[in-house]
Amino acid sequence: MAIPTVINAAGRAVPAEINGKPAIPFMGVGKHKPHGNKYGPPIPSCSDFPDNGNKVVSTLEEALLRCGIREGMTISTHHHMRDGDLISNRIFEIASVMGVKDLVWLPSASFPCNDPVIKYLEDGTINRIEGSMNGPLGRFVSEGKMKGTAVLRSHGGRVQAIQDGEVKIDIAVLAAPSADSYGNAKGTGGRSACGVLGYAKADSLYADKVIVVTDNLVEFPCLPIEIEGNYVDYVVVVDKIGIPEKIVSGTTQVTKSPDRLLIAELTASFLEKSGILKDGVTMQAGAGGTSLAIAVFLHEILKKKGWKSKFGFGGSTKYMIEMLEQGQMGYILDAQAFDLDSVISVGKNANHIPYPVFNAYNYHSKGNLTSMMDIMILGATEVDLNFNGNVVTHSDGYLLHGIGGWQNCLHAKNVILPVPLFRDRIPVIVDEVTTLCGPGELIDVVITERGIAINPLRNDLIESVRSSGLPLKTIKELKDEAEKICGKPSKAEFEDQIVAVIKWVDGTVIDVVRKIKC
Amino acid sequence: MNNSYATSGNSGPKVRSDCEMILELGDEGGIIIDLMSKVKVLYGESIIQQCTAILDFFGIKNAVLKINDSGALPFVISARLESVIKQLVHSDLAFLPEMLEENKYSTVSDRFRFSRLYIPGNTPSMMINAGLHSADGIILDLEDSVAPEKKDEARLLVRNALRQVSFNGAERMVRINQGDRGLKDLDYVIPHNVNLILIPKCEGASYVRDIENKILDIKKWFGLTNPVYLMPIIETAFGVERSFEIARSSTSVVALAIGLEDLAADMGVSRTAEGKESLYARTRLINAAKAAGIQPIDSVFSDVTDMEALLQNVLSSKALGFEGMGCIHPRQIPVIKQGFSPGTEEIEKSKKIVMAFEDARQKGLGVVALGSKMIDPPVVLRAQKIIDLAIKLGLLPGTWMNEIPAEAK
Repeated sequence: MAIPTVINAAGRAVPAEINGKPAIPFMGVGKHKPHGNKYGPPIPSCSDFPDNGNKVVSTLEEALLRCGIREGMTISTHHHMRDGDLISNRIFEIASVMGVKDLVWLPSASFPCNDPVIKYLEDGTINRIEGSMNGPLGRFVSEGKMKGTAVLRSHGGRVQAIQDGEVKIDIAVLAAPSADSYGNAKGTGGRSACGVLGYAKADSLYADKVIVVTDNLVEFPCLPIEIEGNYVDYVVVVDKIGIPEKIVSGTTQVTKSPDRLLIAELTASFLEKSGILKDGVTMQAGAGGTSLAIAVFLHEILKKKGWKSKFGFGGSTKYMIEMLEQGQMGYILDAQAFDLDSVISVGKNANHIPYPVFNAYNYHSKGNLTSMMDIMILGATEVDLNFNGNVVTHSDGYLLHGIGGWQNCLHAKNVILPVPLFRDRIPVIVDEVTTLCGPGELIDVVITERGIAINPLRNDLIESVRSSGLPLKTIKELKDEAEKICGKPSKAEFEDQIVAVIKWVDGTVIDVVRKIKC
Repeated sequence: MNNSYATSGNSGPKVRSDCEMILELGDEGGIIIDLMSKVKVLYGESIIQQCTAILDFFGIKNAVLKINDSGALPFVISARLESVIKQLVHSDLAFLPEMLEENKYSTVSDRFRFSRLYIPGNTPSMMINAGLHSADGIILDLEDSVAPEKKDEARLLVRNALRQVSFNGAERMVRINQGDRGLKDLDYVIPHNVNLILIPKCEGASYVRDIENKILDIKKWFGLTNPVYLMPIIETAFGVERSFEIARSSTSVVALAIGLEDLAADMGVSRTAEGKESLYARTRLINAAKAAGIQPIDSVFSDVTDMEALLQNVLSSKALGFEGMGCIHPRQIPVIKQGFSPGTEEIEKSKKIVMAFEDARQKGLGVVALGSKMIDPPVVLRAQKIIDLAIKLGLLPGTWMNEIPAEAK
């Protein structure tokens, strides 16, 4: 069953073929430039659609049948409903009852609520998932139980693959908090508001067939239009598209852990002393407890110095909204809303603008928004001595996490990873990452509670904080400290079988995940 | 021993950095170790090797050991295993982990004790990073924060922590239990470079002397020379009455602390934010400490979310004469430090006074004057103390006097 592998530019052995299609190995950052044209879906004709613009059909089942659902098709969904999604599982439940097999699921991300999908993997309804796999789904795949090979892509990688035709979506099923009978849809309004529908844009434009599922049918036109009805085949009205409390957290919370707060404080101090934080700075941070604490500290400094951030890029949270509303941030360009405050803000604030990853993160487009960001705060499961980063597996080798926007964000001017030196007994700084997700040349600073390591490639940064009094150490010193406290860890053991491939932002294969040795 | 089955440690969904051990001794079958661990892939082999070595050290040949691990560090595994073993087998041996080089320091008697961070003695997850939060002192607590049935295993955990957890220069403190248990606690901690012992519910000089004598015995036995200071905690009405006696009961007593929660209970009153009910006790203690030339230390502030209220409390505490406070959460430390440190105004005023004193001295004048105001000697002394403190804290350079332009002098 061994598929021939090649050694890519990062020194990792990757397959030449994935799920029956040829694959290009990672060639280095910025090296792969594809030729040819973008993909285009089949040409539709309005004579096939109702003159009165009413595309509503009674059930999701009917919509899927009318779309011609059959074996081997690729079905895509977006994850704006987060852990409150009620639609994705339903698609495969219907398919399973119909006896359709070997579907490919292309979610923009999956959540614990999608764990039930395991039974559709087991019964052959789903051949493989091309998207993130957390928790039980991740374990299932790591144990080699999925039929096809999983493909993990960043948010940007997903839209790149869709736009370049690497993945052809047969049917896109798009949950929408509000929609009209023509298929225009948006992320606000109704009981299941999620803020924006940015992740659905590529699906709506490039899928052969598009189904919009809503629990809030509004009068035509549904304004402001995020998904254009002209790309939609069918509209289905259901009772609930999602569980509101799980779509967005009521509030995102700054970490209360004193250790994480220490890391956040150190990060804010580093950004101030290095001069990276300045008037007009642009920034992006995630929604983790530590990132939020950093955002709060940065906000305080901006206020104190009378500075203003030109814009922030979201995943937005209440802390970013506070910066916007109190005058420390000019705009929020937003890919997704993480909490209720963000959902409300995008609905009422003209300076809070939905900004889909469709282009913002697409590597094969005429520019890269993230390379314009001054401050990029990211996490990691592991960082190694060459500053390479891992976000998809833990050191025990199990698939744990999706890539999200992580790889796309590595192109920022200053990539900062605030991470604990070890989590419980698991060292975060290691000899070599278990799975390579991001090359070390792009990761600039690692900030732990026990010290800061700056990538030797960034002499400018090292100089800027030389006499700052910050606890600077080499990455090797940090790793040695972790091992002194935790002990030298053994490595996870794998079999030869590849269960998942990790794509880089340009569609090349940067690493693989193999089956866990049980 | 009575039975052949013992447990130690903790496990559960919220438990981190700890493990639960169940040991059953047998007559045959060798050693069987059943390990469930979050970190089995990374450290499974190393944990089994470590436990095998420890069982061998204590001469155990046949046993079944079940471990439920949530990422416990080696010093914790070692303490938990030694604890189950000693519940079943009598042994005078101690399986000591290596003492970190950076833990071998001593402290001085009049070191600043603005903040001391309490760490429950049976909660390993809180010990690991305690040294990172810049507290002046870290207290590994064997007394009130440890449940009675866990006090035996806590001794071993605290002992191992003293050796293996870096305190990052903080003063290494242990709060022992009351009475005989407390005296026995000393056997487990004194040999491992403790800088200061806190004596709970101290009610007289004899309490202090009993502990001091025990410490001297242990030091003699092990040939230890590092100083071990004492900080009695006054927590009862009777203790308050005997504060001065306690304060000067020994040259090893460097500070006197007050425990307001227990004191309020003893007095039969509720503790209020304003603290009127404890004003007498607090000022009496402060007076006794100052009279004996030692540091009076205030009680902990239990609301960990209200930093404003904490700062107010610190400032009024300082105004009364306290020189430090206990804390129960690392986020309180910067606020406490800020509160007890001399402020810029205070420093500037003190500089002027000291300069005026220097000026008078150089001119051979008997009276020190600042403008038209006369400055008494005690005021000068206090100003000098503040200058010294500011220099030690790095708030003022040691050469500050030389850096003042001639005209301004």
